[in-house]
Amino acid sequence: MSNAQRLHHELETALLSLNKVATRRIYKDSGLTPTEFAEEYFMPVLDLIGAKWERGEVALSQIYVSGRICESLLNELLPSDGPELKKTPNIAVAVLEDSHLLGKRLLCSVLRAGGYKITDFGQQHLESLVIRVQSEKIRILLVSTLMLSSALRVKELRRRLDTLGLKVKLVVGGAPFRFDEQLWQEVGADATSPTASGAIAIVQRLSREVHGENI
Amino acid sequence: MKTYNSMQRVLTSLSHQEPDRVPFFLLATLHGAKELGMGIREYFSRAEYVATGQLRLRAKYRHDCLSGFHFAPQEIEAWGGEVIYYDDGPPNSGQPPLGRMDEILHLVPPRLEDSAGLQRTLATLRLLKQNSGGQVPILGVVISPFSLPVMQLGFATYLDLLNERPDLFRRLMTVNQEFAVQWANAQLEAGASAICYFDPVASPTIIPRELYETTGFQVAIETLARIKGPTATHLASGRCLGIMELLARTGTAALGVSSQEDLAEVKAAAAGRLSIIGNLNGIEMRRWSPQEARIKVQEAIAKGGRGGGYILADNHGEIPWQVPDEVLMAISDAVHTFGNYPLASDTAP
Ligand code: B12
Repeated sequence: MSNAQRLHHELETALLSLNKVATRRIYKDSGLTPTEFAEEYFMPVLDLIGAKWERGEVALSQIYVSGRICESLLNELLPSDGPELKKTPNIAVAVLEDSHLLGKRLLCSVLRAGGYKITDFGQQHLESLVIRVQSEKIRILLVSTLMLSSALRVKELRRRLDTLGLKVKLVVGGAPFRFDEQLWQEVGADATSPTASGAIAIVQRLSREVHGENI
Repeated sequence: MKTYNSMQRVLTSLSHQEPDRVPFFLLATLHGAKELGMGIREYFSRAEYVATGQLRLRAKYRHDCLSGFHFAPQEIEAWGGEVIYYDDGPPNSGQPPLGRMDEILHLVPPRLEDSAGLQRTLATLRLLKQNSGGQVPILGVVISPFSLPVMQLGFATYLDLLNERPDLFRRLMTVNQEFAVQWANAQLEAGASAICYFDPVASPTIIPRELYETTGFQVAIETLARIKGPTATHLASGRCLGIMELLARTGTAALGVSSQEDLAEVKAAAAGRLSIIGNLNGIEMRRWSPQEARIKVQEAIAKGGRGGGYILADNHGEIPWQVPDEVLMAISDAVHTFGNYPLASDTAP
């Protein structure tokens, strides 16, 4: 086992056992800057925990707590608007037509732990969401839904964004998309993931695509 | 061969024997509104509507239960929370009624008499009882004391409470248990033959087994012991395999299981201690063709049916509004065709 692998493993154990003190120590031992640590440690380890959830090996409560520990440590280490944060297109997260906020909260934690700057639109109806996407020039929009009816509303969201000519990459997730693996395509999304941590790789990829479109 | 009525069919299967065919629960809580040609909100506004809807659905799809369940947030309304209605889906709870954890210190259980919503459910059960002559199982539903806090506090706050505030957690469980026991027993008195104990937070999808063992497991044992009738536990499509042993020890008779676990494996793990109910994927069902529905039913029966101890149903305990009638009909036809005992797979050479 390499040193990095060992530290990854230690970090996973620390996060799953809700051990913030050990997490901080692993960060110190790594000798990395906060952003490097987020990239090389938090992101892969949160991803691993997400993948384990998908396989039924860890519980959602552990995803929640591990994301929260990473996020709060990074908030401590990094000023929220500091130069350390990644330069990316404008990214926002929202819950659509639904009063269930935990999925979005998990997304915010992992993306912030990954060093991304994101705008949290909170709970939104279709109309208000379209307006905010337009006025805040959002290029990547992550939408979380828990109810099937809300998930199906994404189809209308896509249509409205397209009608306005807004070039927005739409990423969807939440229980309905996990139970029906074709649903994301049906509603016209650009990507989905069964776990919040899967959003990191998607945002990386879509950021590159958006960047390419801008050139 | 002896023909069974729905009650006999279900009871025989629950005693781990084979009746005439696999019993089948079509848990379509919303589709009754379509049958009555009205919107979802109007449908739930009167007990007569829901009871009529349930009876019509059963006449149409020939399944083996009636359900008095309206929607989970009806309970939260009784605790002072709000209900948000949708045109094309089940009502949801709004802002959690408990704004802060320490409000738990002063919390008292609501009285059933004070809640118009709960009274409508009781009235629905009474009507179902009057109209079914004891020949059909009638289901009542309670959200477990352990899962209700997601709606009382919000999910994130509840997870914080579970991990960080055992004192307040314990107090909340005491108050919620009082309510759940009263609510379940009132439903039994009104006509429910069994209570479905909805406890998805118990699922290893949501919390680790170790945490369940010291929390929700104890709560389930205590609560189920005080419910004066048979119970089935439902994890609302969360996984169950990791806690099967524990679930079997809570005193529940049956378990609603997820499409995310293999039915044969689940049946083997239940090993005659628990009957299983499931596990058609309700969300995917929306876009099944009748042919696909038939295949899924055949598969489920082949994996779960042998020896009884099995009721075919969806995996959540509620079929989404968007599932077309022709799919429901195809499911029903398939159970009536392929569900007859002895099963074809057992008699094949
Ligand atoms: C626990 C639970 C309950 C509990 C608590 C519910 C709550 N949150 O308020 C109780 C018992 C109260 C309950 C009640 C109901 N429930 Co319920 N419940 C569940 C269960 C088991 C988990 C739900 C949950 O909150 N999970 C936590 C969230 C965070 O998980 P998640 O959305 O899957 O998110 C993960 C990923 O999807 C991803 N993710 C989330 N968002 C995003 C976004 C992006 C962009 C990406 C990339 C990833 C991502 O990240 C997370 C993990 O890392 C699910 C079934 C299941 N197995 O998931 C049903 C489920 C959510 N319930 C459902 C329903 C219908 C209801 C009720 C309406 C039933 C009724 N008629 O009353 C009520 C409504 C309750 C309410 N609050 O208003 C349905 C909803 C779908 C549908 N059929 O429309 C589900 C999916 C069951 C099913 N298979 O059909 N439920």
